[in-house]
Amino acid sequence: MTVTELVSYDEALASYDPVMGLEVHVELGTRTKMFCGCSTELGAEANSQVCPTCLGLPGALPVVNKVGVESAVRIGLALNCRIADWCRFARKNYFYPDMPKNFQTSQYDEPIAFDGYLDVQLEDGEVFRVEIERAHMEEDTGKSTHVGGATGRIHGASHSLLDYNRAGIPLIEIVTKPIQGAGERAPEVAKAYVAELRELIKALGVSEARMEMGQMRCDVNLSLRPKGAEKFGTRSETKNVNSLRSVERAARFEIQRHAAVLSSGGTIIQETRHFHEEDGSTTSGRVKEEAEDYRYFPEPDLVPVAPAREWVEELRGTLPELPRVRRMRLREEWGISEHEMQSVLNAGAVDPIVATVDAGAPADQARKWWMGELARRANEDGAELTALPITPEQVARLCALVAEGSLNDKLARQTIEGVLAGEGGPDEVVEKRGLKVVSDEGALGTAVDEAIAGNPDIAEKVRGGKIQAAGALVGAVMKATRGQADAGRAREMILEKLGVEG
Amino acid sequence: MPGISREEVAHLAKLARLELKDEELDHFAGQLDDIIGAVAAVSAVADDAAVPPTSHPLPLTNVMRPDEVRPSLTPQQALSGAPAQEQQRFKVPQILGEE
Repeated sequence: MTVTELVSYDEALASYDPVMGLEVHVELGTRTKMFCGCSTELGAEANSQVCPTCLGLPGALPVVNKVGVESAVRIGLALNCRIADWCRFARKNYFYPDMPKNFQTSQYDEPIAFDGYLDVQLEDGEVFRVEIERAHMEEDTGKSTHVGGATGRIHGASHSLLDYNRAGIPLIEIVTKPIQGAGERAPEVAKAYVAELRELIKALGVSEARMEMGQMRCDVNLSLRPKGAEKFGTRSETKNVNSLRSVERAARFEIQRHAAVLSSGGTIIQETRHFHEEDGSTTSGRVKEEAEDYRYFPEPDLVPVAPAREWVEELRGTLPELPRVRRMRLREEWGISEHEMQSVLNAGAVDPIVATVDAGAPADQARKWWMGELARRANEDGAELTALPITPEQVARLCALVAEGSLNDKLARQTIEGVLAGEGGPDEVVEKRGLKVVSDEGALGTAVDEAIAGNPDIAEKVRGGKIQAAGALVGAVMKATRGQADAGRAREMILEKLGVEG
Repeated sequence: MPGISREEVAHLAKLARLELKDEELDHFAGQLDDIIGAVAAVSAVADDAAVPPTSHPLPLTNVMRPDEVRPSLTPQQALSGAPAQEQQRFKVPQILGEE
């Protein structure tokens, strides 16, 4: 294993200008595969969702999935692309057993969508326009398991085992034009682009776009050119970078690596590279000597796709409010800063908060619980916020209980704990755990009397006009009621009983 | 300029995982060159905007199916023609050698 030479990021950026190209594959959430009626359901036993078409058996003929085409057009429209009047599929020939046909059905020089853009917002609010080269339809490959090697890698394996359940699942590949001019912010732009694209795909409802499940995968092409130069340098292609954080790290690492090679007088080899999640590094993969030799030709078994203009316009009418526009609207409605909105987005809390507000909670309260206690719990469990076993309706009910004074914040947190532990909805948990705020005058009055009696010195100070000292008595009341007292009311009663004005 | 060179045939043979001897390369390069020449003759006639290129014999577009699940093969049926199998998967020989 050779150690990869790196220069510092700042040093790299002082001399070089990065140019990136991002290729994102999105697995569509259709019920069936792109060219046959096999189910796409996850978790089925090996080779149970295959048929003569996706196994490439002689004589089997593919037929395109209408929802697959429709999704491709909607993605294209949402990315401000032009939609082809007429386009074909093409065979991409290669020798590798993950496709039993010996080719992948893809699109080559006639993509269904092309020439678009996506505006992405960086952490500080700056908007960067990423231009889209194309979006085309293709199919996923089967899953290989390499046996007999040291670490399950293909190198040194004695043989491989293939499960073709995934072969033929619809993919949309979205390719950017070279992203130039991002300078030191290139890794951040890459991350923001993939994040925005993911939001867009989810908003369109064409895929859940869960990167950790491989439903969305990114390849990062990167090259450096000397500052001020026009001509692009040689690029490397880092494959399968499968989280937002990794996209940023991979771009950063490659900038540092390329700069080290170039500044010591070396040349960058055009190759694919593997990304390593553990330390954020990349290592050399396949050298692309015969790079583009896939012998593409038009797929003779499929007829052309010619989306009628009326149909395209009809689909344009189904586009949802775009995520960035929606976030701007929500930010205004909620009255929060860009930075706060970014945190909400990063926490995956936009949709839960909207749903909680829809269920009747004030926005600030909804945001407080989702971004506070619930985000903390999700973080501890290493889970998505939406995976927590609590519904927006339950959070809205919690907000209502706090607003009517039945719960204070401390009790509300205990209620959340109960709901997450599966003890039932908020009302049920409050009932079972006996969490109601003690605000009936009798019980609270007794606790106040006891607090005054138990702390005569403090009571005397308050009588003498030192109103701040009342805090200690409130504390005693809260302690006696195990946090269930209405602190505001307790304070009022203490001052009343001691005969001072609040 | 149509035609195919001996080097191009050697390259294609490599891509197709075909091991060809020198004399076979000479032989096939000559034959393929003839075939490509014949195709080029057709192209020359069709080399006109009046004859649009075609990739399908029927003038059809937009043949699509609804997104409805149809029965798949059973794993046993799917694997019945496989030369080798293991763990209900297709077993294939070593893909890459040691590097």
